[in-house]
Amino acid sequence: MQDHPAEFPPDNASQAPAVLPRIRFPDGRSEADQPGWRHAFPIDWARDQVVSRRDFTRLMVLTGLAFTVAQFGVGLASLRAGRARPEPKALARVEEIPVGETMRLHYPGPRDPILLTHLSTGAFVAYGQLCTHLQCPVVPRAELGRLECPCHNGWFDLAEGRPMAGPPRRPLTRIQLEIRDGVIHATGVEERTA
Amino acid sequence: MSPADDGHTPDQRGILLDGILFLVGLILMLQLWLLTGTMEAFLGGDLEIAWPAALASLACQALNLGLWRILGALDPR
Repeated sequence: MQDHPAEFPPDNASQAPAVLPRIRFPDGRSEADQPGWRHAFPIDWARDQVVSRRDFTRLMVLTGLAFTVAQFGVGLASLRAGRARPEPKALARVEEIPVGETMRLHYPGPRDPILLTHLSTGAFVAYGQLCTHLQCPVVPRAELGRLECPCHNGWFDLAEGRPMAGPPRRPLTRIQLEIRDGVIHATGVEERTA
Repeated sequence: MSPADDGHTPDQRGILLDGILFLVGLILMLQLWLLTGTMEAFLGGDLEIAWPAALASLACQALNLGLWRILGALDPR
């Protein structure tokens, strides 16, 4: 249907400029050339867009506020983490773990699974079992010299705990070990970045 | 100050609003980058960066609030 001013002439065409100031019409024509229905339902498109942008900006500012609150949450968590020092704990006797074998234990708490491995070099290494990608438990593959995360096929180097393949970007948490009188002791937890 | 008497044409006001919107979006992305970077560092055991990053995010938020106020002055309800 073609809009034509003659079909719906405005009732108050002579007063229109006073009633609808500063409105720019979408078709670019002057107000006098607009159909009558536009005078009944005047929409200032420029102003309408301003309202949309203003509301969108408010949404972004509120989102930024949520980010800031989260930042302070991380700050508080870092304070707590900085104070926490895990107690040393005896894990196992050296002869309990043959070369190439891995033992699953918990350290520092009962809900913190770790993997203690006796490497072919004779050294012992221990890592947190939770993958640094999405916290799935990793599985030792000593014969391949790596730890595997079955969830997303992430690989970690068994000797260093560093990511080799897949989505993980950070190394596994390393458990600091000390051997005293034939007993392997965990003495600390080392979180690592790439 | 009403939109009609702030001395700006609708086009000028639109450009100002676009500029403010762009800046707010830019600062928001900076805040997101700060948050993800801080989380990554925190999970990796680097605890020293958390508070400086939180203060930087707060400064960004103050900037954003300032821009929002300017926006409100340009186009009050």
